[in-house]
Amino acid sequence: MSVEEKVKEIVADQLGVSVDQIKPESKFVEDLGADSLDLTELIMAMEDEFDVEIDDDKAQEIRTVQDAIDFIKANT
Amino acid sequence: MSNFAYIVGVGHFVPDKILTNQDLEQMVDTSDEWITTRTGIKKRHVVQDETCSDLALKASQQALQQAKMDPAELTHIILATFTPDAYVPNGSTVLQTKLGLNQIPCFDINAACTGFLYALELARNICLVNPKAQVLVVASEVLTSRVNFQDRSTCVLFGDAAGAVIVSGQKRENSFQITDVCLKADGSLGPLLSVIGGGSSHPPRLGLSIDEKYFVQMQGQEVFKHAVRSMASICEEILSKNNLSSQDINLFIPHQANIRIIEALAKKLKLPLSNVYVNVQDYGNTSAASIPLAFSEAYQKGKISSGDKVLLVAFGGGFTWGASVLDFIE
Repeated sequence: MSVEEKVKEIVADQLGVSVDQIKPESKFVEDLGADSLDLTELIMAMEDEFDVEIDDDKAQEIRTVQDAIDFIKANT
Repeated sequence: MSNFAYIVGVGHFVPDKILTNQDLEQMVDTSDEWITTRTGIKKRHVVQDETCSDLALKASQQALQQAKMDPAELTHIILATFTPDAYVPNGSTVLQTKLGLNQIPCFDINAACTGFLYALELARNICLVNPKAQVLVVASEVLTSRVNFQDRSTCVLFGDAAGAVIVSGQKRENSFQITDVCLKADGSLGPLLSVIGGGSSHPPRLGLSIDEKYFVQMQGQEVFKHAVRSMASICEEILSKNNLSSQDINLFIPHQANIRIIEALAKKLKLPLSNVYVNVQDYGNTSAASIPLAFSEAYQKGKISSGDKVLLVAFGGGFTWGASVLDFIE
């Protein structure tokens, strides 16, 4: 499974939305209805899945699905 | 030396006064919807003029009554709290007097929200060395005395309560065998959750005003992360050490801080929510009292049957965290 597919799967699972709804440009908060704890859980799930550490400052910058994919590709 | 100590009585107490989310809407810029979706909390009980030892006394009396014990049979009192009536005398000696006792050793321990499990481990070891010991373990918190009611991110989270158990070296009818306890701590993460004011690092001075450091300060999202991961890993550790899997647990009683932490934890442990005891909606986070309050309430509601395995887990300031496996023997 590609990074893109895996990220979408995690987002769908954490935010309770269907994979079809998730576009690369989807914003977690504005488009997918995430609150602050959802974002924390998303970051945790990505850290676990890809074995990366995403510190708080970096996490603040990850606002869209594509941001997450780019971060993971650059750091794994 | 005997292999096991037993919990032979449980009890809890919460003050009468209730603070609802609607009440908090009148005090700070928040909403019932925000509090409910972020925390699962709907209301919390708060003291009016009761102190930590008052709540502790009521919970202890209920535990003694359930154990059909006279206070005079107690050999030790351990109080877990970070909100005692006073620095000196310690809270457990105040409680001793209120129980009409004298002479027996009394001490407080502070491991924040994990305090009850730390005290349980101490009591268990006292009983393993001296099987005649009957230790009152009580966790009591007047959290609202250390909550900044101008800080909307924390003031909605906490409530006041006490819970108590009697730990004995001797098995009785309706005992919980303390099968195991695991404890951990990581001081490097301490600043993420603190109450500094009044300590020697931030001492009170005559004429100096009270600042926000006198109240609970918390980096909520960081604490959330560590809470979920630390509690999941210590549960896995204690289960595997005892050759158990999460499927063997009949009732899971996690620290009641936030429904989102509880759900994330249950998911990680692959525990169905139907086996998880939740009362955070009624009491908020009552720190050390949280586990014995939930445990006592679950027991009184008949949620625990003969042969059941109960898994307790807590996480709190320090950071400290811990877990315990209990076996109910009717």
